Amino acid sequence: MTSSKWFVVLSAAVTLAIGVAACGGSDDETASGSGGGGDLSGSIRIDGSSTVAPLTEAVAEQFMAENSGVRITVGTSGTGGGFEKFCAGETDISDASREIEPEEVEACKKGGVGYKDVHVATDALTVMINNENPVSCLTVDQLAAIWGPDSKISNWSEIPGVEEEFDEELALFGPGTDSGTFDYFTESINGEEGVSRKDYNNVGEDDNATVKGVEGSPGGMGYAGFSFYTENEGNLKALEVDNGKGCVPPSVETAQDGSYAPLSRPLFMYPSEQALQKPEVKAFIEYYLENAGSVAESLGFVPLTDEQLAESEAAAEKIGA
Amino acid sequence: MEAGAGASRNRLAVAGARATTAAMLRDQPRGDVIRNAIFAGLLLLAVTIALAGLTALLVQAFVRGSSALSLDLITNPPSTAFPEKAGYRPAIIGSLQLIAGVLVLIVPIGVGAAIYLEEYADNSRWWNRLIEVNIQNLAAVPSIIYGILGLAFIVRGPLDLGFILAAGSMTLALLVLPMVIIASREALRAVPDSIRQGSLALGATQWQTIRRQVLPASIPGIATGVILAVSRALGETAPLLLVGATVFVTFDPTPFGSDGYSAMPVQIFNYALRPQDEFQTLAFAGVIVMLVVLLAMNSFAIWLRNRYEQRW
Amino acid sequence: MLQAESKRYGERAIKWLLALCALLSVLTTTAIILSLLGPMIGFFEIVPAKEFFFGVDWTPQFEPPSFGVLSIVAGTLNVALWGMVFAVPVGLGSAVYLSEYASPRVRKTIKPALEVLAGIPTVAIGIFAVSFLLPHVIVPLWPGDFLGGADGKPFIALAAALGIGLMVVPIIASLSDDAMRAVPRGLHEGAYALGATKAKVATRVVFPAALSGIVASVVLAISRAVGETMIVVIAGGSTPKFTLNPVESIQAMTSYIATTATGDIGTGTIEYKSIFAVGALLFLLTLLMNVVSIRLVRRYREVYE
Repeated sequence: MTSSKWFVVLSAAVTLAIGVAACGGSDDETASGSGGGGDLSGSIRIDGSSTVAPLTEAVAEQFMAENSGVRITVGTSGTGGGFEKFCAGETDISDASREIEPEEVEACKKGGVGYKDVHVATDALTVMINNENPVSCLTVDQLAAIWGPDSKISNWSEIPGVEEEFDEELALFGPGTDSGTFDYFTESINGEEGVSRKDYNNVGEDDNATVKGVEGSPGGMGYAGFSFYTENEGNLKALEVDNGKGCVPPSVETAQDGSYAPLSRPLFMYPSEQALQKPEVKAFIEYYLENAGSVAESLGFVPLTDEQLAESEAAAEKIGA
Repeated sequence: MEAGAGASRNRLAVAGARATTAAMLRDQPRGDVIRNAIFAGLLLLAVTIALAGLTALLVQAFVRGSSALSLDLITNPPSTAFPEKAGYRPAIIGSLQLIAGVLVLIVPIGVGAAIYLEEYADNSRWWNRLIEVNIQNLAAVPSIIYGILGLAFIVRGPLDLGFILAAGSMTLALLVLPMVIIASREALRAVPDSIRQGSLALGATQWQTIRRQVLPASIPGIATGVILAVSRALGETAPLLLVGATVFVTFDPTPFGSDGYSAMPVQIFNYALRPQDEFQTLAFAGVIVMLVVLLAMNSFAIWLRNRYEQRW
Repeated sequence: MLQAESKRYGERAIKWLLALCALLSVLTTTAIILSLLGPMIGFFEIVPAKEFFFGVDWTPQFEPPSFGVLSIVAGTLNVALWGMVFAVPVGLGSAVYLSEYASPRVRKTIKPALEVLAGIPTVAIGIFAVSFLLPHVIVPLWPGDFLGGADGKPFIALAAALGIGLMVVPIIASLSDDAMRAVPRGLHEGAYALGATKAKVATRVVFPAALSGIVASVVLAISRAVGETMIVVIAGGSTPKFTLNPVESIQAMTSYIATTATGDIGTGTIEYKSIFAVGALLFLLTLLMNVVSIRLVRRYREVYE
C-alpha cells in the first residue's frame, strides 16, 4: 500500500482514537456537583412529548449529577410516538402533553404494559399577538370563530364582538398537525382534536417561528407553549382568554388555580409498572416530583401547586408498591 | 499512428473552424467589444454571487456563534438547565464513531465493487449493466429514503439491531456508497491500459496486476472520493432522525450500546428549535465546529489530490 | 477490461468476492422497494388512488383528513424550480468563468472555495437561509407586495430555494467546468485562429461541445434539489399549499416525511402509511429523472478521438 492509502487509514485511526480517548477520559464531567450518592445504577429510557422534554432533561441532568451510575436518555418522538414505543415496552417512561388515548390504552393492554399517569407540571398554552394590536381579550367563542374549520375571517375588524378598531389583515401562525400543542388547542377551542381551519402558517416543529411571525406582522396571532411567550415577553402580547368568567391572562398563578381555562394543560409522565421495579426509576420519579418545581419556572412551565404535588406523589407511591 | 493523429487533428480543426465561422457570420463585429465586456462581467457576477453566499454563511455563523466557543463546547454534555454550560460532547463523539463505522464499511465494499465493475465485469452481460444502472440510481435517491430503508431493514426488520449507533453507521454507509463506487471507478479508469497489459505480459495474474499496479496508482482518486463521501455522511441529518439519533444524551455513546446516541447535525437542529437565545447561539457554535472539521477534511483532500496526482 | 481469466483458484474466489460487493447495490435497491411497498399498499387500500394522485389538499392530520399529494409535490417543485433558477445561471456562469476566463492562480483559489460550499452540512445552510437570507436578502430585495409580499413571514419557499440553490451551485459549476475542460484544445485554438472572441469561443464552441456533461450536471443538481430535506424543513415551512408562488410557505414531500416520521403519530395509522406512499412517489420521481438524464447524456455526447 502506498503512503496515501496509509494516510486515509491513519487519519481514520487517529479519529477513532480521539473518540475513544475522549470517551475513556474524564467522562465524569456529568458527575460534577455533590459527588454522586451513587449506588444507583442502570439506564432509564424516556421518550415522548417535545413540550415536556426540556423539563425532563433538566431534572434528569440534576439527577445524574447526583447519581453518576444512572444513564438517562430523553427522546422527542412526540406524545403519540412516545406512547407507541412505551406500549411496545421499548421505553421506561413516556412524557405526554395530554392524557393517554383509548387506542393507546388498548395498545398498552396488548403489550402487557401497566402504567400510571403522574401529573408533573402545567403548561399555559399562550395565544400571542403583536404589540401594536389594541385587542387584549377574546372569548373562547371568538377564538373558535377565528380558528374554526370553516372560518373565513381574514381581518381583525371582521371578528365578531371586538370593540377595538384594528383594521389589519389576520396572519395566523400555529404548530404542526402532529404536535400535542395542536391537538390540545383544537380540542379545547374547536371541540375536537384535529378540527381547525387549514389556511394558517404552519410552523411545524419550530415554535420559534410562531414568535417571529407574530412579531413581524401587525395583525399576527399565534399559539404555542408558555415558554415561548416568556422567552420573548417584551416583543409580544399574550392574549387574555375569557372562558365565561372574565378575561384571564396566562401566568403561573392563573394556570395553577385553574382560572386560565381552557388552555392550561397538564403535563404528564407515564412510568410503566415494569420500569418501576427498577430502583433507579422509582428514585427518579420521586426526585422529579421533588425538584421539578424549582426548574419549571425558569424553563417557562408552571410548577405544581402543593395539592397537585401531594396527589402526584401519592399516585407514584401506589404503583411502586 | 502518425496518419491517425494527423487525421483526427484535422477533423478537430475543421470542426472548430466550421463552428466559429458559422458563429461569426451571424453577428456584427462592432457591438463585440461591449458585448464581450458585458458577458465577462456577467460571468464574474455569477462567481461573485456564489462566493458571496459562501462568505455570508461563514461570517454569520461566526458572528452569531463565536460567543459560545470555548473548550467547554467540545467537552461538556448538553444541558437544558444550564445552557451556558452546554456543549456538544456526546454529539461529537457520536459523529466521530458514526463516520468511523462508515469508513470501515465503504472502503472495502466501495473499492471492491469498483474493482469488480472496472476490471472484471463484462459489460455485454445484462446483470453487470443492471448493477451499473442501479448504482447510478442510488446516487440520486434522496437521503430520507435511506432513512426509511434503515428504519425498516436495519433497526427493525431482518437485522433488527434496534436504535443503535452502528445502525446509523450502516444507513449512512449505504447512502454514500454509490459516491465512493463512482469516484473509485473514475480513478481506476484513469490508469492506462498499457500498465495492465505490461503487467500481464510479464506473467502476473489479474488480481496481482490490480493489487500491485492498478490500485496503488488510483489511490489518490479513491481517497478523494472517500473523503468526499465521509464529508457528506458527516453532515447528513435526515436519515439519522429516522434511525434513532436521540438528542438528549449526556453520556458518551458507543457503537452497539442500546442507551441511545446523538450526532452533531441532529444536535444543532434541535438547539435551533428552542426558544432561549443561548440555544440559538449554541446552534451557530455547533455550525462553526462542523465547518472547521469539514474545512480540514476538504483541505486534506485537496492536498492529497495535488501531492499524489499522477500524470501518465 | 482485460480478458485474463486465470485458472488459479484464488483468482476466481476474489472475483466472486468483489462481485458480491457490487451486488450489494442491487440488494439495496430491492430493500428500498420492499420497505416502501408493504405500507404503501396498506395506504392505497384506504385512500383511493384518484384522491392521492389528483387531489390538491394535503391535510392528513386534520379532521377530516385529505390526501391530495399534488399539494406537496407542488411544494417540492416550487423549491426545486426557484432553486434551479438561481443555481443554473450562477453555476454555469462560474463554470464558464473558471474554464475559459480565469487564470490558473485564480482557478486554484476559487475551485476549492466552491468545493467548500459543497461540503457544508444542510442543517447549516437551512439555518443560514432562514435567519439571514430571508430577513436580510429576500425581504429587502423583494418588490413590496408582489405576489403577496415576503415580509412578516417566518418561512417561505424562496428562502429554502435559495438555500438549495447555493447547495447545488458547486455541483453544476464543478461538473460543467470538468466537462468544458475536457473539450480538446484543438477546438479552442481553431476558433481563436479564426478570430473569434473569448465570449464566442465559450458560448458557441466550447459550451455546445461540452453539452452532455453540462446537462448531466444540471440533472444531478435537480435530483439533489428534489431530494433535499433539512433545508426545506428549516426554511420552507410546513404548510402544504398547491402553489408555485415563491413567497408562500409550503411543504415539500421530503419535509413531510421528515417531520411526520419524527413526530407524533402512531405506527399503523393512516398518517404513518402516508409517509411510505409519499416516499415511494419520491423514489419513482428520482428514478425517472435518472433515466431521462442517461438518455439526454447519450444523445448529446460528443466523442473526440
